[in-house]
Amino acid sequence: MKSTQCQVAIIGAGPGGLSIATELKKLGVDHVALLERESTAGGIPRHCGHSPFGMREFRRVLSGAEYTRRLTAQAEKAGVEIRLATTVTELGQCGELSLSTNEGRQQLKAERVVICSGAREKPRAARLVSGARPQAVMTTGALQSMIYLKQQRPCKRPVIIGSEMVAFSAFLSCRHAGMKPVAMIEAGPVVSWWRLAALLPRLLGTPVLTNTSLEAIEGKDKVRAVMLKRPSGELATIDCDGVIFTGQFIGESTLATMAGFAIDTVTNSPLVDAYGRCSNINYFASGNLRYPLKTAGQCWREGRDMASLVKASLDGKLPDRWAQTNA
Amino acid sequence: MPTPGVKEPRKLMPDDPSSDRIAGEEFDVVVIGSGVVGCAMARRFTLEGARVLVLEKAADILDGASKGNSAILHTGFDAEPGSLEQHCIQAGYEEYLQVKDELNLPVLESGALVVAWNAAEAEMLGGIVDKARANSVRDVQHLSSAQLLVKEPGLSKKAFAAVEVPREFVIDPWTTPYTYLLQAIENGATVKRDTAVIDADFAAGLWQIETNRGKITARTVINCAGLYGDLLEQKLLGQSAFEIRPRKGQFLVFDKSASRLIDSIILPVPNEITKGIVVCRTIFGNLLVGPTAEEQQSRDDASVDANTLQALHNKGVEIIPELANHSVTATYAGIRPATEFKDYCIQPYAEQNYISVGGIRSTGLTAALGIASHVFRLYQAMGNSHNQIDNFVVPDVLPLAESLERNWSKPGNGGIVCHCELVTRHEIEQALSGPLAANSLAGLKRRTRATMGRCQGFYCSAELSEMCANRLQIPLSEPLT
Repeated sequence: MKSTQCQVAIIGAGPGGLSIATELKKLGVDHVALLERESTAGGIPRHCGHSPFGMREFRRVLSGAEYTRRLTAQAEKAGVEIRLATTVTELGQCGELSLSTNEGRQQLKAERVVICSGAREKPRAARLVSGARPQAVMTTGALQSMIYLKQQRPCKRPVIIGSEMVAFSAFLSCRHAGMKPVAMIEAGPVVSWWRLAALLPRLLGTPVLTNTSLEAIEGKDKVRAVMLKRPSGELATIDCDGVIFTGQFIGESTLATMAGFAIDTVTNSPLVDAYGRCSNINYFASGNLRYPLKTAGQCWREGRDMASLVKASLDGKLPDRWAQTNA
Repeated sequence: MPTPGVKEPRKLMPDDPSSDRIAGEEFDVVVIGSGVVGCAMARRFTLEGARVLVLEKAADILDGASKGNSAILHTGFDAEPGSLEQHCIQAGYEEYLQVKDELNLPVLESGALVVAWNAAEAEMLGGIVDKARANSVRDVQHLSSAQLLVKEPGLSKKAFAAVEVPREFVIDPWTTPYTYLLQAIENGATVKRDTAVIDADFAAGLWQIETNRGKITARTVINCAGLYGDLLEQKLLGQSAFEIRPRKGQFLVFDKSASRLIDSIILPVPNEITKGIVVCRTIFGNLLVGPTAEEQQSRDDASVDANTLQALHNKGVEIIPELANHSVTATYAGIRPATEFKDYCIQPYAEQNYISVGGIRSTGLTAALGIASHVFRLYQAMGNSHNQIDNFVVPDVLPLAESLERNWSKPGNGGIVCHCELVTRHEIEQALSGPLAANSLAGLKRRTRATMGRCQGFYCSAELSEMCANRLQIPLSEPLT
């Protein structure tokens, strides 16, 4: 029978959540429950195509999948109770968590809760893009999870929208999966990430089009083409069979929002005080939920510091009053 | 009224496109089109004892006008008094409330407010109250701006005055007709998707209908072809008594957090063409803004336009200022089958054993059950009679509405796959099987809401593509080689 109480519950077993949970155990917290809605711990790095991971934590270059396996093993060894395939559906005001598992609705009461639900890319709808709504329009997250978790590819000749670092990760994932992106599109005048990065797709035959905006998606059941507006103002149609929207990460803050916690309306992240606490001081926010987008290593390191703050809170060493910071 | 019984449902198999089972059989009634109206029609005629065949030219049911409406259960307060539309809305409304518990269908008892935003509009509110009373909707009442803001504090302070319509509700635009059709099937009706009428001939009291899947024989044809109603009528009768004039409506759907900003359906003072842009909660817990009303030639171009969506966004924020801080989770467009007439075009042709049901616009979701009963009476008046099924089966459909017990809260749900909309493995498996199994991603989305939430598939696409392997006409993915 699974316990219905714990001292600290952590929502999300990505690098940040794993780090906090492991560190809390090291700090002597008796019962730490790490709740993960997927059936494997590890979070997004499980299906990131790019390396390196693990430089800070393990002093070597690892793949995302191997990196998260090691972090998970550390947490288990430290005595963290990892509950997989467990979705938190609602936050109560005093740390009562409503859960859904294969067994149905469940409850867990925690003295403190850390929300580490991460960040996700802004999808097509929220970008208010014109045109038809066929299938094979996705984000990098969807693309990479298909490729690296299921060995599937959703299309062969996509266009990549955006030029943040993740767009290049999407590009490399496409190449890995035998897909040939037909273009990378950037609305701004220059590539958003490291400018020389644009050389790589160009060398491999994928044009990087700056000052170019996506005007519409075409196709009935599946994507057939995209209409672009070129720097001259001219409209151009490019044939393709998929559209990958990359970047524009926002915090996955739904639980905090629905619980009525104060939210930064610009970043979509919960507002926190100097100790990382949400406007309900039983709850902390950490990692990419707090201000996207950080690397796995940064989230891991932040998690270690966060664990000390949570421990201090359990020990009654933090002030009762919440005052928002601009951090 | 027949009562529900314990009769075992028929053994149900997905309608195999290669099967030619329907050829050679003789049906009492063939319903052409499986939109909201066709689904309700199939249910009514089946329960009344007719042997019913439903033909759908699209790969899935509810694929035309019915996939993009605003999901309001209308009282008919603003319908034209004495019109057929008004009659069917009110009959449909009553029957919906009668059957909803038995069919496990939801109602969000939101009420509606017709809001005037200036003095000129406020002057028109009296006429709206008079019309509502003429339509026997007597519980409408005037609200001052002060009363309005007490009732809906999220509304812009610029609201001038309003009329409250307490019994305008929100329902589930997908599960409702789906359940009607499933009830028809479980009680004996046959549904054929991917089946288009090529030609038809009426002789000696029988229709011979040629489709891409063989010839069908039926005594009576009911045209529920929605956006293609006039074209079908031309095929059947040589000419059509009405002309479909497609009218597109674009919608924005805000994230669930936005649904807390208002309770009521916020309606504008309507004009001649359209009921205008509505802001209301959805049965799935979101907030919806739309539709626009755009005349167009195409019957199937449901594309959205960024500028129009932005204008809808601005309009939403104008009505509910706090909306500016909530994100959009979905955009879509629906096409209403308007005609040159204001009223519905429901016409029996006794000589030809044919009834046309055309021009059913956004009120069709509410009116469908009323339309079906009305058409059945027309059918009886043509001299037809059957023995009612007195022991009918009630289908077991998993609810999608937030107000009902969703599958994720029950044991054995298989775990959640789509985290934004809390869609379980069991729900997805269910949607991919049975007589109306989803055969496209769009169909799966409508049946389960998977990928319809705020992340639009960021988290669940991989799992879905694995679950759907070899089960959709257009696969979500292919294996890496």
